Amino acid sequence: MNRMSSMKDVPREDMLMHGHGACPGCGYAATAKNIAKMLGPNTVVYVPASCLVVFGALYPTSSWKIPYFYTAFENTGAVTAGIKAALRRRGVDATVVGMAGDGGTFDIGLQALSGAAERNEDVIYVCLDNEAYMNTGIQRSSATPFGAWTTTTPVGQVVKGNRYFKKDIARIVADHDVPYVATLSVAHFTDFVRKVQKAKETKGFRFLHCLTPCIPGWRIEPSKGVSINRLAVDTGMWTLYEVVNGVPKVTYKPKSIAPVTEYLKLQGRFKHMSEEDILTLQGWLCEKWRAHYGEEPGSPPCPVPVHEEVLAHDGDPLYGI
Amino acid sequence: MVVRTITGDAAVAYGAMLARAEVVPGFPITPQTIIIEKITEFINDGLMDADFIPAESEHSVMSVAVGASAGGVRTFTATSSQGLALMYEMLFAAAPSRLPVVMAVANRSLGAASGIWTEHNDSQPVRESGWLQVYVEDNQEALDMTIQAFRIAEDHRVMLPIMVCLDGFILSHVVEGVDIPERSIVDSFLPKFVPVNVLDPREPFMINPVTPPEFATEMRYQQDRTVEASKPVIMEVDRQYAALTGRSYGGLFEEYRMEDAEIALVGAGTWAGIAREAVDQLRAEGTRAGLIKLRFMRPFPGEELRLATAHLKGLGVFDRSAAFNGYGPVFTEMRNALYGSGVPITDHVAGIGGRDITVEMVREMYEIVEGNASGEKVRECTWHALRGEQR
Repeated sequence: MNRMSSMKDVPREDMLMHGHGACPGCGYAATAKNIAKMLGPNTVVYVPASCLVVFGALYPTSSWKIPYFYTAFENTGAVTAGIKAALRRRGVDATVVGMAGDGGTFDIGLQALSGAAERNEDVIYVCLDNEAYMNTGIQRSSATPFGAWTTTTPVGQVVKGNRYFKKDIARIVADHDVPYVATLSVAHFTDFVRKVQKAKETKGFRFLHCLTPCIPGWRIEPSKGVSINRLAVDTGMWTLYEVVNGVPKVTYKPKSIAPVTEYLKLQGRFKHMSEEDILTLQGWLCEKWRAHYGEEPGSPPCPVPVHEEVLAHDGDPLYGI
Repeated sequence: MVVRTITGDAAVAYGAMLARAEVVPGFPITPQTIIIEKITEFINDGLMDADFIPAESEHSVMSVAVGASAGGVRTFTATSSQGLALMYEMLFAAAPSRLPVVMAVANRSLGAASGIWTEHNDSQPVRESGWLQVYVEDNQEALDMTIQAFRIAEDHRVMLPIMVCLDGFILSHVVEGVDIPERSIVDSFLPKFVPVNVLDPREPFMINPVTPPEFATEMRYQQDRTVEASKPVIMEVDRQYAALTGRSYGGLFEEYRMEDAEIALVGAGTWAGIAREAVDQLRAEGTRAGLIKLRFMRPFPGEELRLATAHLKGLGVFDRSAAFNGYGPVFTEMRNALYGSGVPITDHVAGIGGRDITVEMVREMYEIVEGNASGEKVRECTWHALRGEQR
């Protein structure tokens, strides 16, 4: 089998075809499409309630070239486990992948995800994280970053935007001692390809956590998704790493931390943020950077006084690397 | 043939083992738990070649079951009460996706007033989920129907999931002598599962994409017609099983002393055993009483019951749950089926929350049916052995 290590190795044949109904510039679609083509035709895909259920297939048409199944919102871990058990018993050696959103993973799907991870089910779980319930119209999830506007964290006269910090789902999954966990960004494509390849060739439970910009939900230009993904990594809003059999490894580290304002200013969802809130978020990022990369983030923008909200929500260091 | 003294739950487990179920997701809940315990014993002793998947909730149990059935293998599970309620959402995925999962439901009271004892208020409310539903009377029938359920569900004229409902504790935990059929007999009765819609990369297929209004009506109509079309399959399967084992249960329902009956009761579950005794006593005293043991709630044998009761002077319906419309669910269905037939009909609620039903209680039901038949003014729905006054 052809091992993929860079963009030129990626198969040309799409498994999530053109003609689907996603918004122009959708990071969710771009990520799903690239993972699907890398996994190839010998794959079964399960999609829980999400944008992908709506834009990927609408009876009697489908953009999927591989077998596709949908039932509900919170059960990606469980349905994929059932499909895999059946295929194994029927002697069909195929990849079973579940592609869920952040709500379907961080929130309502967490229990089934934990069950599948704990049992080390032989499936790939892809979390396409656009940081809110976008399919129902941009409501806050536990993946929504601090300060962001959503329709359930509105910018009011008194409270402006989301008051909670993003849950570290990849770390929670890694703590189940599964064989492979990785974080992905389509802006870092070689890293992306290598991680999908690793997931594909690993047995047992594999978790791919992907940051996927949402054009209407983040209030961004359709052409800016990839640049915003890159800025997410440069500012520490997203980190690229993998955990192979419990051993964490940073797969990409920016030279120094960029100020979070670089990331925020391109997105309408953050435009209302007060200086104080921006400072709070910057403080959270400086802490996260230090813990994650095991070194002091650059100055400026760090250090900043760490706000008590940050300490309350993110007191633990990340992996000690 | 081997007769073993086993619980109703164990009988179900033997049924699933003999049926060669291949994937069994499970989660413990009283009074179903013995079923999954027994199945894991069979697997770990090498008597059953199946994957037991210990899911972390009943929602996930039904999700695994749906995934496995869509993946093309014979799938079995079991639950009760709150567990069935937690599965609710996924029941509605299994049936329209035409996935023939077989599930035992050890009937137990659901919700407050909390209890672990039998009531049909767990399975009756999901009779509109698209699943077929059969209620059994004893442990032998629990085993036989578990095996038959696979034949009915997997028949290509049907391809629908089915619940085998057995009264919690009264059957689930009580031992009776049960004839365990030979493997060879079950193998000849139940062919290998041949899936119709299956997730297989060799033949890509989509199951349950979002379906717009232009198509959903026709799909739902087909589903409704298929439930109706399962009736002849159920009758055929009962006859074939009887030919191999000597045990027939009448298919959709079973009649007892109905030929010349003037009054009768109809109802589901272990109640039928007590009602038989009441009928015998009444017959000995000269009352022409009869009994219909309702087996299938879905498909509901409305037309068939209308014919079977046409000669009666009075009919009573037994309900082991309330529908909160003033009647029980079986009565609601039954009166609908008998609409315009002219047979006077009353409802009889008893055994709620696992309260014992006695022969005297059933005789009281027959008395009301008889009174109604002779034109006395009686309650349309009586709650039997109720403390305090009925209003």
